[in-house]
Amino acid sequence: MKEGINKYQSRRDFVRRAGKVLIVAPLIALPAALYKKTNASGYVWQIDPFKCTQCGQCKTNCVRTPSAVKCVHAFVLCGYCDLCGGYLRQGTKTISTGAENQLCPTGSITRKFVEEPYFEYTINEDLCDACGKCVKGCLDFGNGSLYLQINQDLCANCNDCSIARKCPSDAISRVPTGEQYIPKERGTLNPKPLNPES
Amino acid sequence: MKRKLLTYTIFLILLNLHSFIYAQDRFPRPEFESGYKYPEHQMPLDRSYIWEYFDVVVLVAALSITTWLALKKRSRQGLIWMSVFSLVWFGFVREGCICSVGSVQNVALALFNNGYAIPLTALLFFIIPLLFALFFGRVFCAGVCPLGAIQELTGFKPVKLPKAVESVMIAIPFVYLALAILFAALESQFIICRYDPFVGIFRLDAPYTMIVFGALLLLAGVFINRPYCRYLCPYGVLLNLFSRFAGKHLTITPAECINCRLCEDVCPYDAIIPSDTALNREEPERSRKRFLGYLLLVPLLTVAVALIFQNLGPSFSKITQEVRLAQEIRTEKETGVEAVSKDAVAFKEAGKTEDELFAEEMRIIKRYRKASPWAGAFLGLSLGIGLVSLTIRAKRTEYKPHQGKCYSCGRCFKYCPVEVNKTS
Repeated sequence: MKEGINKYQSRRDFVRRAGKVLIVAPLIALPAALYKKTNASGYVWQIDPFKCTQCGQCKTNCVRTPSAVKCVHAFVLCGYCDLCGGYLRQGTKTISTGAENQLCPTGSITRKFVEEPYFEYTINEDLCDACGKCVKGCLDFGNGSLYLQINQDLCANCNDCSIARKCPSDAISRVPTGEQYIPKERGTLNPKPLNPES
Repeated sequence: MKRKLLTYTIFLILLNLHSFIYAQDRFPRPEFESGYKYPEHQMPLDRSYIWEYFDVVVLVAALSITTWLALKKRSRQGLIWMSVFSLVWFGFVREGCICSVGSVQNVALALFNNGYAIPLTALLFFIIPLLFALFFGRVFCAGVCPLGAIQELTGFKPVKLPKAVESVMIAIPFVYLALAILFAALESQFIICRYDPFVGIFRLDAPYTMIVFGALLLLAGVFINRPYCRYLCPYGVLLNLFSRFAGKHLTITPAECINCRLCEDVCPYDAIIPSDTALNREEPERSRKRFLGYLLLVPLLTVAVALIFQNLGPSFSKITQEVRLAQEIRTEKETGVEAVSKDAVAFKEAGKTEDELFAEEMRIIKRYRKASPWAGAFLGLSLGIGLVSLTIRAKRTEYKPHQGKCYSCGRCFKYCPVEVNKTS
């Protein structure tokens, strides 16, 4: 009887040990298999400005309130227009800094006179809520120097980015940390004659 | 010479096209006369990465301290303070990301997808708690996981669920894990993160539904302790498995069990296995028959559930945006009901052809058909093994925690008279 119990327990021990080996093996194999695929600094979410359609989902779907997405301005692309499609509401009677004329719902764009007929436009990031209205306006009527980017300083870097999930144009993707912003100037780095408005 | 000219022409055309696509250069760059200097293109601040590595260090330290508190110091008070720390640090300060529970998906995606490089922190967050579970049991659940901590601290009035309900509910995490891995591996969604109930509370900011789900779960957790850990947590399935083989594990009694039965009902997780003296055992003959019967059922169940999942594959594929969009467009074509969703509008603006979309849809559905049976096989196998394990019962002369189910919360310590004698 005593022997029987002993035998039983040793069988149980054997099963336990075999099971242990069976589950430890993948745990050791996993880092080995993924060793080449690990990335020290990882990935972050970013908007590709060339794909973005300014649908406005960035403003409402980010887990942050206000959204971690902000509008940025590429000055080298800007035409410094007096009649700015990104600053002025369509159909305004006068071109002025009056609140009723501004397109931006939060008044986060400031307009500064440079010289006749040029005006400089600057974004106040703290006020911007990523509605994308100015971006659309600038793309429709101007050079497209305004565009949306995810502010990495504010982004929670969720594993499952909730605006990426909602983005209808698939513009948000994981990018390597080395290039955590996708600057729009990239497209126009080579100086070349710019086509005037046709 | 001629060929060179041709290449140059093509190059020039392409260059022009490039400028056309990439910038709406309607207005020329102004030539300022007043000496205006272009302001620098201000990009927002970069992300700082020191914290992520610091998190790994904190994780290891927290796991070590919890292990010491649970196994050596045997202090429930200490474990509660560990929970508070983890809740504050991993929860509220680091805002619940990255967590080990979600890292399952990163690992799955990295394993089955060549384009994705897994962050080192995610891999470490996946492996380290499992290693600790293998050596010391589920200490990760006891005081390190912020999701566990928030439930541990709000579970005031434990109520036991009926056995039948309990045994059905503990199957849910397996399904959740299988689907999460399936969806992550096929690059569809990270459902564990999407339906994380408490991350909204950690960030004090989330969609309405997320907060409501989290609050309801916490409310239920007041009576049914740790509802997420027990009936949902997919990472818990892995921890459970690893912890079963733990070399050392928290014990109810510091010395020898005297079978006083005082600890029998204190565990809110039903994780105390009574000693044989308190049980009437089944006849060996009958139990052997049941064992053999269930053992034969294992392959049958595996194949059956795999087949069911294969048929469910196309339904699973609907979780991807492309498949839903393709269906919407198809309905529009067939019934004339205009597709008005944002995806559909963007698709029409983008100028992709419908054939491309439908081809993409077919590709995704095909991948789902191929991969779903594996998820099903995993489920069937787990179910089978679960049934078999019901028939196995070792001879026990003492009260012991069930190594798979025990969260090492330490509630049972103070109920053991041996412990009380020792400390007083």
